[in-house]
This record gives sequence, structure tokens and C-alpha cells, in this order.
Amino acid sequence: MKLIYEPWPWYIAGPMIAFILFLLIMVGKSFGMSSNLRTLCTLCGAGKTTDFFKFDWKSQKWNLVVVLGAIIGGYIGAHFLSNDTALALNPETIADLKAFGFESAGTAYLPTEMFATSALLSFKNIVLLSLGGLFVGFGARYAGGCTSGHAISGLSNLQLPSLIAVIGFFIGGLTMIHLIFPLIF
Amino acid sequence: MIGVLFGITMFKSEAASWFRIYEMFKFEAFHMYGIIGSALVLGILVIQTIKRFDIKSFYGEKIVFTPKAKSFPRYLIGGIIFGLGWALAGACPGPMFTLVGAGYVPILVVIAGSISGTFLYGRLKDKIPH
Repeated sequence: MKLIYEPWPWYIAGPMIAFILFLLIMVGKSFGMSSNLRTLCTLCGAGKTTDFFKFDWKSQKWNLVVVLGAIIGGYIGAHFLSNDTALALNPETIADLKAFGFESAGTAYLPTEMFATSALLSFKNIVLLSLGGLFVGFGARYAGGCTSGHAISGLSNLQLPSLIAVIGFFIGGLTMIHLIFPLIF
Repeated sequence: MIGVLFGITMFKSEAASWFRIYEMFKFEAFHMYGIIGSALVLGILVIQTIKRFDIKSFYGEKIVFTPKAKSFPRYLIGGIIFGLGWALAGACPGPMFTLVGAGYVPILVVIAGSISGTFLYGRLKDKIPH
């Protein structure tokens, strides 16, 4: 039992994700989280002005339940199944992040500079978080899927489009971290 | 229940951590590659087995896999935009919600941003290459 309280190693987490994929397939659904963002748009009334959001959101209700579960899972994971959520990062990563001003590297789960409630007082931080979210939302729909839909579901089904998308994810991610981070942090 | 399992896995594996995503893109740890890689290998096995033996769902229905539409620009450009956001916000659309449950308030800004981004895509859909 003690092991549950430690961070889970990749060889537990990866098979767990495959198991979740299996369960979703076996109940006749598919594994893709970003579709929910579209459903949420529809729920906010976007279907009135834009055709893309005109669809029967009830057909996606099961996926919103998965989201609700993911929220509950996060609460359980953080409050009941963890003693210490500080990450054991590669020391080089910590050194790099400290150079960018992320003093919390290696001592927290998320950078407090961005995700502590007090970070909402920083205008720059709000802009960065909003932009990050905007790109994730726009890109996921444009590419027709996110990490779960393409990297897991799509590649598992040996889909070439998903491979192209995942290569795109990496081009974008590498550009952000290696070229844009030095400019913004 | 499946969602709860997913949420716990995302949190406990640290895949929901901004730091892990950063470390992944710096190629300084095997952790994220191990998670995605092992999920993928097993995922391929699962799907190929279901296809080969024509396994029925728990409800006895035939399982249909919809192939992704063939295209190049949308996957590459969309993927790049997603990647930029993923690295900046350090969260993709699943873990985002997990972090709400874990109690990180600013992630709500990211979620609001991603809903706006999805809405923006809906508006621009017919004007951009697919």
C-alpha cells in the first residue's frame, strides 16, 4: 500500500492508461479528452452562432462524466494518495528552470510562480496561461485530437494522421521550450 | 469510474505536472516517454487483438474504429499549435481537469483559454487549410 503514496513509475502509469483505453473501447466509447472542450462550447451556447458547435451534446455526455471523474481523481490523488508531491526532476532541469526564475523547481508539483493562487496577481502570468490554453484548445481541434486522442488512441490504431499530429506536438513543444522560453522568462 | 481512474493516474504519474512536460521536451528524463511509450505498445496490442478476434464490447456490440480523415496540413499545423500551448501551459486537455480537482486555481485560466481556443477554431474552421 505504501507504494501508492509514492509517485507512480512509468511502467505502472503507462499500462494504466492502456487499461483505461481498453475499458473505454469495451464500453463502446473512445479515448479523447479534447472533444470535451467542444462540448463545453456548445453548452455555453456556441451552437447558436457557429455550425461547428451545432451537434447533439447529449451524445457526448459520457465524456463529460469522464472529465468529472478526472477532476475527482485529481482531488483523490492530491489529497488522499500523496504524502509529498514535490517532483524528483533531473538536476539539470532544475538548474535550467532556476536560471529562468522558477525557484520552485524540484520542490513542488507545479511551478508556484505560475500555479499558486497568488500567481493570479501577475498580469504577465495570466496572459501566458490564457495563451497556453488558447493554443491548446485551438490546436487540439484543428489537429482533431490531443495527447489522448492522437498519441494514445490514434497511434494505437496505427493512424498516420496521428503520427503527423504527434510530430507536430513535438515541433511546437520544442520550439516553445528551446526558442520562446528564453524570450519570455 | 473510468474518469476517476484516469484522474488519479494522471496526478500520481506526474503527467499532470508542468515540470514533467518541460523535462520531457528537454529530453532530460525517460519518465514521460516511458508512460506514453508503454501505453502505446499495450494500446496497439489491445486494438489489434480486438480487431483480429472481432471482440465484442461489454454490451455485445461490434466495436468500430473510425479512421482519422486523411490530410496533412491540419495535423501538422494544428499539432504545432497544440505543442506550443502544451509546453507553455504544461497541461493537455485531460490533466487540466485533474489539476482543478487537485486544487490549483490558476489552471481555470488555462481551461478558459482552451475553451476560447476551441471556440475560435469553430469560427475560423472554414477559412483555414485542412
